[in-house]
Amino acid sequence: MSGNLTKASETSRRPRGWGRAAAAAFFLTPGLIALIVLAIVPMILMLTYMFFPRGRFGGVVYEFTLENFERLSDPLYLGVIGDSFVIAGTVTLLALLIGYPAAYAIAQLPPRWKTIALLAIMLPFWTNFLIRIYAWIVLLSGPGLVNGALTGIGLIDEPLDLLYNEGTIVLGLLYGYLSLMILPIYSAVEKLDPRLREASANLGASPARTFFSVTLPLTLPSALIGAVLVFVPSFGNYVVPELLGGGKAIMLGNMIRDQFLKARDWPFGATLSLVMIVITFILLIAQAVASRRVRNA
Amino acid sequence: MRRRNRAIYAPLWLTYLFFYVPIAVMVVMSFNSSDAPFSFEGFSLKWYGTLAQNDNVLQGLVNTLIVAVSTTVIATVVGTMLAVGLARYTRSKILEALGTLPAILPELMLAVGLIIFYSTVQFTLGLHSVLLAHLTFGIPLVAVVVRVRLASMDMSLEEASRDLGAGAVATFLRITLPGLMPGVAAGALLAFTFSLDEFVLAFFTAEPTQPTLPMVIYSMIRFGVTPDINALATILLVVSFTAVIAVQRMTRLTESFR
Repeated sequence: MSGNLTKASETSRRPRGWGRAAAAAFFLTPGLIALIVLAIVPMILMLTYMFFPRGRFGGVVYEFTLENFERLSDPLYLGVIGDSFVIAGTVTLLALLIGYPAAYAIAQLPPRWKTIALLAIMLPFWTNFLIRIYAWIVLLSGPGLVNGALTGIGLIDEPLDLLYNEGTIVLGLLYGYLSLMILPIYSAVEKLDPRLREASANLGASPARTFFSVTLPLTLPSALIGAVLVFVPSFGNYVVPELLGGGKAIMLGNMIRDQFLKARDWPFGATLSLVMIVITFILLIAQAVASRRVRNA
Repeated sequence: MRRRNRAIYAPLWLTYLFFYVPIAVMVVMSFNSSDAPFSFEGFSLKWYGTLAQNDNVLQGLVNTLIVAVSTTVIATVVGTMLAVGLARYTRSKILEALGTLPAILPELMLAVGLIIFYSTVQFTLGLHSVLLAHLTFGIPLVAVVVRVRLASMDMSLEEASRDLGAGAVATFLRITLPGLMPGVAAGALLAFTFSLDEFVLAFFTAEPTQPTLPMVIYSMIRFGVTPDINALATILLVVSFTAVIAVQRMTRLTESFR
C-alpha cells in the first residue's frame, strides 16, 4: 500500500514533456553513444569479420566465405575449447566448495566483524591481477618457498616442478576469482530469514537436514550467480595460462590472442571469439534467470 | 554449541591464508637485502632504489597515470550522468542492458572488438586508444556504483526542492548531486584502480612503444623473477588497498551485499 503511494507521487512530481525529454537526452546521450561506439559497434564488426578470408597483414579481404567455421571443427581447436571448459569448470567447482563454507561463516560473524571480513575478501580482487599471479610464481618456482619448505622438512630431495601445468593454471584462476563466488553467496545467506531455520529445528530436523533442505536450496540461485561470475573470466583468461602455464596455448583465450597478435588471422580469431561470446551469453542468461529467482524469493 | 560455532570459521581462515600468504611473502621479499630472489637475508630498501632508476618502469608509470587520470575524469562525469539518466529518466530495459553489458563481457572480447574497430576506421594507436578502451569498462563501472547510491537516496528531498519552486537544474545541482557525491567519489576511485591495474585491454590497444605500467610488469614477469618486481608489487598493493578502503569508508560498499 505505502509502496503504491510513493510510486504515484514519484510519477506525478516528475517533470514532464519537452523539458523531461531534453534532460533525458542530456544525461543519457554521452554515455550511451560512447558505449555503442566503443563496445557494440566493435562487437558487430567482429561478427562480420567471421565471413571473410584473412588479409595478408592482419585485417580481411572482403569476399564472402564460410571457411572459418569449417576450421572450427578441427580437433585441435575443439580440443582446446574442451580443455578450457574442463579447466574453468574445475575452477568453478573448487570455488564453490571453498567459497560456500567461507561465505556461510562470514554471515555468522558479529556485525562489526562482517564488514572487515568482507573487505578482506574484496581487497585481493581489487589488486593488480598480474601481481597476484606473480606472487604464486615466487611461491612455487624451483627455488621458491614451497619447494624450500618441503626439502627443509625432508619430504622431498629434489625441488618439484610445481609451475607450468594445468593444476597451476587452476590454482591461479581460483586465486583470481574466488572473491566473486563468496560475495553473492554471503549475500544470500545473510538475507535468509533465521525463522526458517528455527522452524526446521523446532520440527525436529537435525542441523544437517536443516542445511540440506532449507539453507542450501534457498541459497543455490546465488551460488549459481557466483559460479557464472567465476566461470566466465576463467574461461576467457589468457594471462594465467601464459604466466603459470608456461606459454603453451592451451586455453581458448591464448588461441584468440595468438590469432590476433601472432598469426594475424583476424577472421579466424573472430570466429573463435564467437564461441566465447555464445558461451558467455548462455551463462549470463542462466545468471539472469537465477537472479530473478533470488529477487522473487 | 560453542565448539560447533568455532568449527564453522575454519574454512574462512583457510580462505584468508590462501588469499594473503602469497601476497605477504611478496611484500616481505621486497625488503630482502640479498638478490637471491627466494630466501630472506636481511632488511633493506635497495630494491625500491633500483626501481626508482628503472626507466621502463618510470615511463610505464607516467603513461599509466596519464591514462588512469583521464579515464577517471571522463568515466566519472559520463558514468554519473548515465546513472542519473537510467535511474530517473527511462524505464527501458534495453538502455539499461546497454549501460552495463560492457562491464560484464570478458575483457578479451572487448579488446578483440576494439582492435578490429580501430583498424577498420584506421585509428592510430597510442595512449588515447588505451583511454577509449578503458572507458568501455570505466563508464559502466561508475554508473553501477552511482546507481547503488541513487537507489538509497530519499527522493522526497528532490520533490520538496521542486515544490518550493526550484528549477530542474537547480534541484539537480543543489540537492541530487551533493547527495550523490559519496557514490561519485567511490566510482571515481574504482575507475582509477581499474585503469591503473588493467592489462588485457591495454595489451591489445596500446602502441607497443608506449606501454602502460601493467604491460611493463607483464614483460618483467615473463623475463624472470627479479626482486624489484616485489618492490613494485608492494607499492601497487598499498595504492589499491588504500583506494578500496577509502571507497568502503565513503559508501559502505560491503553493505550492498546485505
